[in-house]
Amino acid sequence: MAVKDYIREKFFPHIWCPGCGHGIIMGGLIRAIETLQKEKNDIVIVSGIGCSSRICGYLDFHTLHTIHGRALAFATGVKLSRPELTVIAPMGDGDAFAIGGNHLIHAARRNIDITAIIMNNNIYGMTGGQYSPSTGYGEFATTAPYSNIDHPFDFVNLAIGAGASFVARTTTYHVTSMIKIIEKAIMHHGFSVVEIMSQCPTYFGRKNKFASAVEMLKYYRDHTTPIGSKDKKNNPDLIERGIFIEKEMPEYCDEYDKIIKMASKGE
Amino acid sequence: MKDNVVFVQGNEAIVEAALYAGLNFFAGYPITPSTEIAELLSLRLPQKGGKFIQMEDELSSMCAIIGASLTGKKSMTATSGPGFSLKQEAIGFAVMTETPSVIVNVQRGGPSTGLPTSGSQGDVMQAKWGTHGEHAIITMTASNNQDAFAVTVDAFNLSETFRTPVILLFDEVVAHTRERLVIPKPDEIKVIQRLKTSVKEGTDYHPYLPREDGRLPMSDFGGVHRYNVTGLAHDMWGFPTTDSTTVYNLMHHLVDKIQGHTKEIARTKEYYLDDAECLLISYGSSARTALHVTEDRRLRGEKIGLLELQTLWPFPAEEVKKKCLNASCVIVVEMNMGQILHEVKKAIDDPEKVFLANQINGSFIKPSDVLNIIRIIQGRGA
Amino acid sequence: MEKCRIIFSGSGGQGIITSAIILAEAATLHESLNAVQSQAYGPEARGGSSRSDVIISDKEIRYPKVIEPNILVCLTQAAYNEFASLIRPGGILLTDKFFVKHEKKVDARLVELDMHREVLKEIGRPIVFNICMLGAFIAITKLVKESSIMKVLEKRIPHGFLDMNKNALELGITMAPDLEL
Repeated sequence: MAVKDYIREKFFPHIWCPGCGHGIIMGGLIRAIETLQKEKNDIVIVSGIGCSSRICGYLDFHTLHTIHGRALAFATGVKLSRPELTVIAPMGDGDAFAIGGNHLIHAARRNIDITAIIMNNNIYGMTGGQYSPSTGYGEFATTAPYSNIDHPFDFVNLAIGAGASFVARTTTYHVTSMIKIIEKAIMHHGFSVVEIMSQCPTYFGRKNKFASAVEMLKYYRDHTTPIGSKDKKNNPDLIERGIFIEKEMPEYCDEYDKIIKMASKGE
Repeated sequence: MKDNVVFVQGNEAIVEAALYAGLNFFAGYPITPSTEIAELLSLRLPQKGGKFIQMEDELSSMCAIIGASLTGKKSMTATSGPGFSLKQEAIGFAVMTETPSVIVNVQRGGPSTGLPTSGSQGDVMQAKWGTHGEHAIITMTASNNQDAFAVTVDAFNLSETFRTPVILLFDEVVAHTRERLVIPKPDEIKVIQRLKTSVKEGTDYHPYLPREDGRLPMSDFGGVHRYNVTGLAHDMWGFPTTDSTTVYNLMHHLVDKIQGHTKEIARTKEYYLDDAECLLISYGSSARTALHVTEDRRLRGEKIGLLELQTLWPFPAEEVKKKCLNASCVIVVEMNMGQILHEVKKAIDDPEKVFLANQINGSFIKPSDVLNIIRIIQGRGA
Repeated sequence: MEKCRIIFSGSGGQGIITSAIILAEAATLHESLNAVQSQAYGPEARGGSSRSDVIISDKEIRYPKVIEPNILVCLTQAAYNEFASLIRPGGILLTDKFFVKHEKKVDARLVELDMHREVLKEIGRPIVFNICMLGAFIAITKLVKESSIMKVLEKRIPHGFLDMNKNALELGITMAPDLEL
C-alpha cells in the first residue's frame, strides 16, 4: 500500500505549523507500519493532548485521542483487554513526562506491550510555547522569559530506570534510521520507548534563536551521534541516538494469561 | 440453605452483581471503604477469563476502563471520595465520547481525606457536576444488599443503553454491612448487551451519528470499522470540530439522551405512601433509618410513609412532585447538608413544607435524628 | 422472636469480628432468621478497642447499627469501660474473668466466665478464645443452634483446625450458666 492509504485525507489539512517535525514522525510511523505489513484493523493509536496528539485523527487506524498525559493509561486498558492488537501511543514531551510521567514509569515497570513514541519538541506548543520537562537549563520559553532554571529530564535514562525493555532515541533529521527504530520498537514484545527529537520552529525555535526549521534539523545533525561513537568520546556533549536497551522480559498480558490459567484451574 | 443464598458485605454484593451483568474488565486503586471490591474482583475476574488491573492511580483506573470498554468489554472501576475527585476528568471523557462504563463511589466522610471509615452522602452533587462542562449523567444508589445487586445490574444495562458512564453512589454503611443476598438465577434479571452497528465492512460507519431513536450503535476497537474517538467536540465521524451547529447538536444530544429519558431511568421504592401525611424521602443507607422510623411510627398509628430514591440523577422531579402532593410535610433524610433536599424543594409547588433530617458527624444517621425533626415539625419539641 | 441487638467488643486480634460474622451468618443461612453484622473500621480494628454489631430478628432489619444492646460481650477492660453503659437495662453482659474487672454498676445480668484461662488449660491455643466465647454466648442466649454454628465453621475454617474450633465451641457451651430468659 502507499503512504496515502494509511491516512484519512478527509481530515486534512493538518493543524501542524510549517516546518514542524511532527509530520516527519507521522510519515516515519506509517512507513514502519507499511514495512511490517500490519493489518490496519489490528492497530490502535492512543494519544494524549497537545500538538503531538493530533496525529490520531490523520491516521486510518483505530484512533483514540484522549486527555492530557493519560494516553498510556487508556492504552493499557485497550491492550490488556485485547492483547492481540498492536497498540502505539504517540505523546508529547510534557504529555509523557510531566503530567503523564507516572503512567509512563508504571507502564514501563509492567512491561506491557505498547510502543510509546515521545515526539519531543522541548516545549508546550499547543498552548503557545511554555517550558516543558525537556526544555534545557538556560533556554527560553513564554513562561521562562528570563531563562529556564529547571533542569531537563534525560528521557532515555528515565525510561531505562523505570524498567522499559526497549529504549531508543532518534531525530526527525535521521528519517531512515527513525523508520527502522520504530519498526523494531513495534516488533519488540514488551514496553518500548522511542524518543524522537522533533523541531518546533514556531515556539522553541523562535524563543531560542533558531532562524528556521532547517537550522533546527542541522542542529540535530551536528549535535547528535550514534551510541558509542568515536565522536562522543571526543565531544561528550553530543547527544547519543540509537537503541540503548533491547531485552526480553516477561510481558504483562502474557503474565496475566498465566493468572487466568491458574485462576480457572482453581475454580 | 440454597447455594444462591449468601451472607456478604455490600461490596461483595456489588461484585456479584457486576459479574452477573457481564463485567469483563476492572481497573482500580486501593482506597477505603471500597477496596474489598477490587480485592474480590482480582480473585474472581480471571476465573472467568476477565481482566483485573491495579493501576498506578485513580485517574489511570478510569482511563483504563474506558480503553477496555472501547474494545467491547463491560468495564467498571470502584473508588471512594478522594478517588472519585481524581477520576472526574476521565469521567468527562467517557461522557463526551459516549463510552459505556460503571463507576462505583463508596462514599465516605469528606471533604479531603475526611473520615475514611465513616459513611456519608456528601458526593451527591459531585456525581452530577463533578466533571467540568455542561452534561448529563446517570447516578443510582441502594440501601441494602439485594437492592445494591439489582441497581448494579441496572447500572450496566443503562450504561450500555444510553452509552454513558453510570455512577453507583453507595456509602460505607451499605458497603460494609453484612446481610443476606439471594443471587438471582441467570436470566432472572435482564442483562442488556451492547448495541453493535449493523453497518458492513467497507461501508462508511458514522460512530457519532445518532439513529432516529437517538441511540448510537457501536463498533469495537479492533473490529472492521476504524474511527476516531476524541474528548474534543466532534462531528459524526468522531473528528474534532468547532462548527457551531455541530457542537450545538452534540451538546443537546448528550444532555437529551439522558434528561429526555428521566422516567425510564427513574427507580424508586414506596413504603406506606397511600395515606401518608408525613412523607420521608431518602436514599442509600439513610433510607434504612428512614424506613425504621416509618415502620416504628406506623405501629403507633402515625400516617407516615417513605419514598426511597434509587435513581438520583437524572432527578425524578415529576414523580417526587406527584408523591408529595398530599403530604402535609416532607422530610428529606440524608447524610449531608441537604443536597437532595434542594432538588425536592425545586420539584414541588410548596417548598416550605420540606424539611431536612440529616447527620454529618461521621456517625450513621440514627432514628432519633429523624424523630427529633418530626417532633419539632409537629410542635412537640425535640 | 423479639429483635435481638448484640455488641461484641474487645481488642483487635481477639477475633471479635470473626465471631460476630459467624453468629450472624449462622442465623441467616441456617436458621431462617434475618441478621445484619457491621463493625468499627479504622485503626481500632488493628489494636485498639474493637466493636462489632449484630442484629438478629425474624423480621426485616432496617436500621443496621446497635443502639442499646440487649446483649453485650466485653473481652477487654477498655471495651468494658467504653461500652458497658450502652446496655439496655435488664440486658445480659458477658465478660471474661481474666480480662475484665467489673468496676461500674451496670443494670444488667452479669455473666462472668473464665473462658480465656479454660481455653489455655483445655486447648492450649488462645486463637480459639473467640469460638469458646461464641459457645458460651449461644448456650446462654439460645439465639442459634450449635449445629448452625458448626455448619458455618465447616465452611470457613481450614479442615485441619476444625476439631480445635469444635472443642472450643463445646467448652464454651459447657461453661455457660443456665439463665432464665
